[in-house]
Amino acid sequence: MDDQAAGDGSSPDLCASAPSIEVRGLIKSYGAVRAVDGIDFSIAPGETAALLGANGAGKTTTISILIGLLVPDSGSVTVLGEDMLRHRYRVLGRINLSSPYVDLPRRLTVEENLRVFGNIYGIKDIPRRIGELAEELDLGPLLGRPSGQLSSGQRSRVALAKALINRPEVLFLDEPTASLDPDTADRIRTYLAAYQARENATILMASHNMAEVERMCSLVMIMKAGRIVREGAPRSLIEHFGRTTLEEVFLDIAREKAAQ
Amino acid sequence: MTGRESARRSAAAFSIARTGAMVLRYVYILRGSWPRIIELAYWPLMQMVMWGFISKFLATNSSWVAQGAGVLIGAVLLWDVLFRGQLGFSVSFLEEMWSRNLANLFVTPLRPYEFVLSLIIMSVIRTLIGVLPAALLAILFYRYSVFDLGLPLIAFFFLLMMLGWAVGLVITAVILRFGLGAESLAWIAMFAIAPMSGVFYPVAVLPEWLQAVAWALPSAYVFEGMRAVIFDGSMQLDSLVTALLLNIVYIAAAGAFFLYTFHVARRDGLLMSVGE
Repeated sequence: MDDQAAGDGSSPDLCASAPSIEVRGLIKSYGAVRAVDGIDFSIAPGETAALLGANGAGKTTTISILIGLLVPDSGSVTVLGEDMLRHRYRVLGRINLSSPYVDLPRRLTVEENLRVFGNIYGIKDIPRRIGELAEELDLGPLLGRPSGQLSSGQRSRVALAKALINRPEVLFLDEPTASLDPDTADRIRTYLAAYQARENATILMASHNMAEVERMCSLVMIMKAGRIVREGAPRSLIEHFGRTTLEEVFLDIAREKAAQ
Repeated sequence: MTGRESARRSAAAFSIARTGAMVLRYVYILRGSWPRIIELAYWPLMQMVMWGFISKFLATNSSWVAQGAGVLIGAVLLWDVLFRGQLGFSVSFLEEMWSRNLANLFVTPLRPYEFVLSLIIMSVIRTLIGVLPAALLAILFYRYSVFDLGLPLIAFFFLLMMLGWAVGLVITAVILRFGLGAESLAWIAMFAIAPMSGVFYPVAVLPEWLQAVAWALPSAYVFEGMRAVIFDGSMQLDSLVTALLLNIVYIAAAGAFFLYTFHVARRDGLLMSVGE
């Protein structure tokens, strides 16, 4: 990490309990390209954090490693106290992912998809859990429809329902509101904040929506060329750069004005 | 049940529930599409109609076919068991590639071997859906019942299915590694071993050097065994044991290859990018 903005005290006390996510010296290369270049960070239980960065900055690679889909070249990843590189199956039932880059089977109805994942996660009363999610995410009218016939916004909500089916303690979200209209996106953000507060869940998201990150996250990590170049609470980053929004901070860093 | 309780259950090294969930997923696909079910039975039925008439013709023009009533029809049905067994395995895997669902699956506690077991179960289901109507058609149209083979038929069925799973494992591993550009392998790979398997003729017909290859294939023992039952009424138990041992070796090797490829997919980030 090149630099850190001063904390503003809004982050949970990291000393109070072990971090939900702890990353040390993480490196991942694809051939000659170093996608993740020795990053370190910790996210406390109940914290909502964001990875920001331009396309190719290393956000998706980092999240892929954290959820066990990708093996790093070196470094350590601990999620919920377990070494993800050696014991990921101890953790996978307690985390989940929603990403626009993976789909749910399109020929299955929404309810069938949720039922399959409920069974994989060993949820006991699956109809009840599906009913809860349908009510909370307004999926009732969609349950009987094939997933492939849904609009992109509806698919995003269904993907989120899949990601919440096991009441994850750590939730990874890749562009959670990318294809949603402003009203639905706002309701999803409100829902996620309520879920996080109710379950004391940890959320790590990758997003290009700076207003969303400002509203939801207590910790922001800005990545560039595989490294975390700035880290801190949104408000403290904004003050540090003398800007009024996180988007301006992001643009400064992306265009390397930070060095001036 | 709380999320933590379900998570503890998820940490179990093997789960029938997870395997069953995957089978349920594939059954949902089949159930939701009548054209797919019809397609499963279509080719075996067409093969049966064609080879049934060829058999009727050859029965009056070939002493070999005349002596072994149903030898060609039986061969067609057993070949379909082998081909459909492999195809049922591979196509179920391709469903995940087509729907870009692999990443969703492998961020769950689903183990690769549970996934493979679900593919095996689906290959049996899909094969039975495909082959049973053809077997019934053979009884109805040509008065030949493959079930007259008796107990050996069960051995033939499972020996051929096992070879289908081994080939299916290799094909799915290659598709996982190289993407959907390699998907046509699922439909053509099995035909590479058909000439050496002696489906419609004895292995002795092959050149000597090719016979050596043939006897390394469990399918060759099965088709020779089928002809022995039809012509002599004898069951060559030692051949079936040899086929079983070969199958065990091939499945173990193919399984290791699949798991290695899965490791490569995790190393190279292929699970996030499949289907694209």
